[in-house]
Amino acid sequence: MATTDFLRRVRFAAWAAVAITALAAGAALLGEAQRANILGSAGAPPATARVGAPFELTGTDGKRFNSAALAGKPFAIFFGFTHCPDICPTTLLEMTNHLKALGERASQLNVLFVSIDPERDTADHLKLYLSAFDPRIIGLTGTKEEIASIAKSFRAVYERVPNKDGSDYTMNHTASVYLMDKAGRLVSTLSFEEPEETRQRKIDNLLTRG
Amino acid sequence: MKSTIATLALGIAVLATPALAADATLGTITIKQPWTRATPPGAKVAGGFMTITNTGKEADRLIGGTATIAGHLEVHEMSMDGGMMKMRELSGGLEIKPGQSVVLKPGSYHVMFMDLKSSPAAGAPVKGTLKFEKAGSVDISYDVAPLGAKSLDDKDAGASGSKGTNHGHH
Ligand SMILES: [Cu+2]
Repeated sequence: MATTDFLRRVRFAAWAAVAITALAAGAALLGEAQRANILGSAGAPPATARVGAPFELTGTDGKRFNSAALAGKPFAIFFGFTHCPDICPTTLLEMTNHLKALGERASQLNVLFVSIDPERDTADHLKLYLSAFDPRIIGLTGTKEEIASIAKSFRAVYERVPNKDGSDYTMNHTASVYLMDKAGRLVSTLSFEEPEETRQRKIDNLLTRG
Repeated sequence: MKSTIATLALGIAVLATPALAADATLGTITIKQPWTRATPPGAKVAGGFMTITNTGKEADRLIGGTATIAGHLEVHEMSMDGGMMKMRELSGGLEIKPGQSVVLKPGSYHVMFMDLKSSPAAGAPVKGTLKFEKAGSVDISYDVAPLGAKSLDDKDAGASGSKGTNHGHH
């Protein structure tokens, strides 16, 4: 009697495990399909097909920001942090200048700045910091897990570097600006080391391509 | 009107900066044209740049210093590794070999003002000290370039930044 009951429970647990596995596999497949759809991987070069994936983060207004809001327009996305003395404010200023140079065409482009230091970059702090730059630049932060996930999908890397007495830290991070087309495919990247005209031309090309 | 004044102020600052450059000498160490740049509001860090020359016979090391606007100051190196921006504190300081000059500039060696108490603003030099292992401490006054300037006389920088670019925030 007790044995039968035990066996029944084991059988139930086994079926439950199968069901959960199947659900997870289904979800993964769905995720895969969605990604293929959003990134439009058909016809794209294999090397660039897998950069970027749908994401949800927190905007400077504290509201959730879903990448679905980017659909239909090309976008530029880069990773950084506000405790950055050099490349982040420089890149933000460059993107501000590029948007200005685009004139009316700027409305055809979304520009996203994602903090890889969410511990210090709260939505409010990011909002204050970004007030020095073009207001069309979308600042995003999130949980550590969310940031890890979006960075991974863009193959962006970052790491925390403590100072010598451990009282403070800085971040190493991927510095490139990713230029994504309206289907979410990586088209090209901008480097702060290349001339401004080169960067502007790449952005123009992205908008022409759509 | 406000923007005219801002433009005028920026123009004056740009014209005036070379004359303001405060070179400093400490024994056989010479520091040329120390400068920093305006930061976005709420920024907690800023970089300090200059050229340091050692005219002596012995190597010396820049090991630290202070800045009135910062909680503390560190000697840093920035470099690009593939597409990755790397920055680290030079825990042994920055060596200045005899007869050599080392340029501290954006994207490279810099002193980093950490834990900012106030923002560097164009037209208001940043005061501080730099400490060398052998030569000792010297007073430094950094000229302030616009936000994002790549050098002290970078005329493109900051010009098209929107509100707040060159204004301190209180
Ligand atoms: Cu630094």
